[in-house]
Amino acid sequence: MARDTIRFLLDGRLVEVRDRAPTTTVLQYLRENLHRTGTKEGCAEGDCGACTVVLAEAQDGRLAYRAINACIRFLPTLDGQALFTVESLKRRDGRLHPVQQALVDYHGSQCGFCTPGFVMSLFALYKSEPSPSRARIDDALSGNLCRCTGYRPIIAAAEHMHGYGDAGDAEWLARPYGAAETAEERALRQRLEALRAADSLAYEYAGQRYFAPTSAPELAALLAQYPDACILAGGTDVGLWVTKQHRDLPTLIHIGRVAELHRLERGPGYLEIGAAVSLQRAFAALMELYPQLTELCLRFASPPIRNSGTLGGNIANGSPIGDSMPGLIALGSRLLLNGSEGRRELALEDYYLAYQKTARRPGEFVESVRVPLPRPGWQFATYKISKRFDQDISAVCGAFCLELRDGRIAAVRVAYGGMAATPKRALHCEQALAGKPWSAATVEAAAAALAQDYQPISDMRASQDYRQRVAANLLHRFHLETSDAGLPTRVVAYGR
Amino acid sequence: MSSESDVKGAAGTALPHESAHLHVCGEARYTDDLPEPKGTLYAAVGMSSQPHARIVAMDLSAVRAAPGVVCVLTAADIPGENNYGPVLHDDPIFAEDEVQFVGQPLFAVIAESAEQARRAARLGVIEYQALPAYLDVDQALAAQSFVLPSERMERGEPAKALAAARHRLQGRFYIGGQEQFYLEGQIAFALPQEDGCVRIYSSTQHPSEVQHLVAHALGVHSKDVVVECRRMGGGFGGKESQPALFAAIAAIAALKTGRAVKFRVDRDDDIILTGKRHDYRVDYDVGFDGEGRIQALEIQYASRCGYSADLSGPVNDRTMMHTDNAYYLPHVGITSHRCKTHTVSNTAFRGFGGPQGMLGIEHVVDEIARFLGKDPLEVRKANFYGVGERDQTPYGMTVEDNILPELVAELEQSSDYQARRRAIAAFNAGSPIVKKGIALTPVKFGISFTATHYNQAGALLHLYQDGTLLLNHGGLEMGQGLHTKVAQVVAREMGVDIDRIRVTATVTDKVPNTSATAASSGSDLNGKAAQDAARKLKAQLSAFAARHFGVEESAVRFERNQVLVGERAFPLQEFARMAYVARTPLSATGFYATPKIGYDRKTWSGRPFYYFAYGAAVSEVAIDTLTGEYKLTRVDILHDVGRSLNPAIDLGQVEGGFVQGMGWLTCEELWWDTQGRLRTHAPSTYKIPVCRDWPEQFNVRLLENAQNREDTIYRSKAVGEPPLMLAISVFLAIKDAVASVAEHRFSPRLDAPATPEAVLRAVEELKARLASAAAARASGAGA
Repeated sequence: MARDTIRFLLDGRLVEVRDRAPTTTVLQYLRENLHRTGTKEGCAEGDCGACTVVLAEAQDGRLAYRAINACIRFLPTLDGQALFTVESLKRRDGRLHPVQQALVDYHGSQCGFCTPGFVMSLFALYKSEPSPSRARIDDALSGNLCRCTGYRPIIAAAEHMHGYGDAGDAEWLARPYGAAETAEERALRQRLEALRAADSLAYEYAGQRYFAPTSAPELAALLAQYPDACILAGGTDVGLWVTKQHRDLPTLIHIGRVAELHRLERGPGYLEIGAAVSLQRAFAALMELYPQLTELCLRFASPPIRNSGTLGGNIANGSPIGDSMPGLIALGSRLLLNGSEGRRELALEDYYLAYQKTARRPGEFVESVRVPLPRPGWQFATYKISKRFDQDISAVCGAFCLELRDGRIAAVRVAYGGMAATPKRALHCEQALAGKPWSAATVEAAAAALAQDYQPISDMRASQDYRQRVAANLLHRFHLETSDAGLPTRVVAYGR
Repeated sequence: MSSESDVKGAAGTALPHESAHLHVCGEARYTDDLPEPKGTLYAAVGMSSQPHARIVAMDLSAVRAAPGVVCVLTAADIPGENNYGPVLHDDPIFAEDEVQFVGQPLFAVIAESAEQARRAARLGVIEYQALPAYLDVDQALAAQSFVLPSERMERGEPAKALAAARHRLQGRFYIGGQEQFYLEGQIAFALPQEDGCVRIYSSTQHPSEVQHLVAHALGVHSKDVVVECRRMGGGFGGKESQPALFAAIAAIAALKTGRAVKFRVDRDDDIILTGKRHDYRVDYDVGFDGEGRIQALEIQYASRCGYSADLSGPVNDRTMMHTDNAYYLPHVGITSHRCKTHTVSNTAFRGFGGPQGMLGIEHVVDEIARFLGKDPLEVRKANFYGVGERDQTPYGMTVEDNILPELVAELEQSSDYQARRRAIAAFNAGSPIVKKGIALTPVKFGISFTATHYNQAGALLHLYQDGTLLLNHGGLEMGQGLHTKVAQVVAREMGVDIDRIRVTATVTDKVPNTSATAASSGSDLNGKAAQDAARKLKAQLSAFAARHFGVEESAVRFERNQVLVGERAFPLQEFARMAYVARTPLSATGFYATPKIGYDRKTWSGRPFYYFAYGAAVSEVAIDTLTGEYKLTRVDILHDVGRSLNPAIDLGQVEGGFVQGMGWLTCEELWWDTQGRLRTHAPSTYKIPVCRDWPEQFNVRLLENAQNREDTIYRSKAVGEPPLMLAISVFLAIKDAVASVAEHRFSPRLDAPATPEAVLRAVEELKARLASAAAARASGAGA
């Protein structure tokens, strides 16, 4: 029998929920049911960070701390998790946490509305690494908007917060990264591990169903039973269907507890990434294989979104502006689908049929993506262009992968996002490149061929003209960067 | 008066924000955080899908039948006036016969939960008959569609002087608008009271106006409506006139249902429903000499006011009055068109029209410099107001406090401007893709509400028997640290530690008839009013001491948390208790009205501003000529805040204002589709600066040894708005980098905001011009 009660730890205390709809957000539950109003709603779409809270999870025998957006995270996905909010941090004697004190001392708050979110993002950083560089601070705070300070005092607080910490602090939340685990912390971790090991969840409230199966067969059986159910992974998109579009989702099947889908391992010639692997984990593995992906991975949404969202979700959703796909398509990745009818495999680009239409059949689910391992002699890059460097949706995202043999292009794959109704390969462009010398003239001709591959639209992110021009210019950039490594080609240097 | 160092946190010290310790713990309460009475209801509005249409029929039966709906309000349910427009009464709370922008409220749903209200609000079936719509400034101007009459300011003989000028340039320049994007969205929480009264918690910069407009909408009087706000999660002008809409709906619903009603609007709806910074078209004709010195300027502004007047009159007035920025314009003609478009009604936003006027003239000066092949800084200096000469503004006010020449000289030196300019040229010569640019721009900003009667404030100060003080004033805390500064004034006046003073929520039943906390005036006005209250309180206490101890009143001093009476010293609490027992009033009200100001709007002459605030910035950027992306790599700022009331808070205003201005001119883009729908209405599509946008190299300083020449509170200067315009340097540095693509031979065509797309377009256009010039030269050589 599956459990029918949501259970999670808040400040180490068990919270049990039976009385809210499964699409209730963590933010709503905190504010409305628990009256913890420190966590704020700024946008209800995971883009401003005012709602940032932190989940602790057991990892390699320690607790790992991850910032997430409470505003689009459904309450039942907290099942088996340990939650901390801005109210969790103050010490028992009333003194401020090191992160809080640093923010006060460096004048890091003005109106204060974004501050709880910054506190929690910084708290996660404080517990995750030693004193961070400016670049790491920028990465960690890319999902937190502040309209008052101009960020300088927040950066200063982040640079100094570790100096406020004491590795021997009696209170473990106040201990900085690297400090020994306290007995209290260990006890929490063990409780969390016990809670995580629990059986699957079948929650229902007011006729709305939520399932969190723990195995792939269980998932397949549920999908066979409820073929129209909404498959929920990280919820960083599905959350908005509820908070913004007020859609009815009568049945949700959460894949976040399915053990098989958390696989992240090497197979023959590929890295396999299970559909429930978070973007953060998947990107860490991908960046290790392909350092050229660093900029894209760090510009992909924000840490809170990457901690909740999954690579499988980004792929499965099939948005034309999903940033993970062009690079994965250019690398020749393959997608595994599974369901009661069995497993099948297809080239990632073949998954996308038309605008928001994919090859996934009712009852099927994305199981994993297989990304080829680096091959010698291959050049690879993926570029993202948007109005803002951080946490923005691409106007254009381009990816290029080619094999050079004796100065000639022996094999090539080019794919773009933002240029068509789906992420799409540039077959004409590829044709113009194949077999040619890797030269400016070839690039010129191949860039011109892009006009046959794509007729992009004009919208609030970019005009058709800009998309076309930038798509072509990115190919030029790729050529320049592979030809002259010393030439400055970017205004923000990342991954070069 | 006691000296600054006597007590903890007195004016002049870099004290943290009074709520900082609450902010970081999530304990600072905003309107949505207040405990809700049992049975609280929630509101949402149904919004127009058309930019301009007649409402043929409105079927709300599905709305009424939706789960949880308690009642539905339309124009017919408004007991008083259907208006929330602060100046002209042209902003209906609910549209009646006609809609005039996409998103205009048609009706409100009051339901048991916010979710139910929002879901039901989407179920209205509205039949429209489309009417012609003007969706931008060009269309409105062509149709002569205006919300207010056009205005003209003129000095000298611009036409004649233009004709006589050695050089002349004409051009057109577009300036984008800007969403305030306060992190806390609009919200009102109304609690019905007895006898038809209502108490409203509103996130507002202007509680008195909310009070007045709600009273009118309810058909009651000011005495029947109380509006309170402890703090806002940001305002930036967006909570000056706009909150009245939300407050009115919540109040009407509260009185109708007899239950508490909260109206917290979703972020997307907030951006669609509420006004923004006006976008402008600027057309100019400028005459100048060989040094770039302006001899005559004819300039025309056309701004997008939206469908109603709101605050567009004074916003556009301020644009006209900031046409000069830092420059003497001997012959000048300024025309201002206030365009009526079928888009949301634009409103106040930090700078209040000033930024557009200043960017306009900075663009003109930059064009002059590029035409003459000079460093724009040289041309700026040639045009600066003089000291004792060339010092009359176009509206006839003498610039008496001009410190820009010295301030800019100091910044030029400290930022190493000249050497960096050379280094950038060298870098660009060897870098075909990434190009750098630099710009130094000045700010001169007029301080005072141009509506002279707004320049007044009140304060209320209580001393309790335990020696602590409770302070209330008419200003609003929206993050700018106003309550901190005003408390610091009282600490200094009363000679007490700051932690003896509590500043309470701003509320219309404590200090009445307040002005908006706007126009950078908060600490100037309320600081003085609080000082007045403190001095009156001290006078009352001194009179008591003189009677009680038989000394002269002048022998009573307030220092170090004590009252000194001749040779004797009493802890304040002991003294307060004595004064109380002797039946002395321990409370005082203070008042302040800004002196010297007043002008005639008919002739555009007089002294609208008490003084000017000054500053300057040097920005250096790198652009990518393949994609149009850019990065601010360094900024140097020198800004004048007079004698700072709180250097930490003032620095925060300078840096924050600068970054907000940078957002306006770079990544923040309001994008409407051809149906008049704003498509950038959430942080997913409307991009404000993030942490990485603060440059790695920075040197931001407050001008040292500065003091206001006017008798402001401790000779400080206003700081809320002026720093925003420091960001004009970022825009012009980007333009400078673009110009390097053609080796500075042509001036790039770059409008604001300089999005990557706009930058790439400018780069490509410049390359095309360069190519066609080369082709023309080649064919000329061949002929």
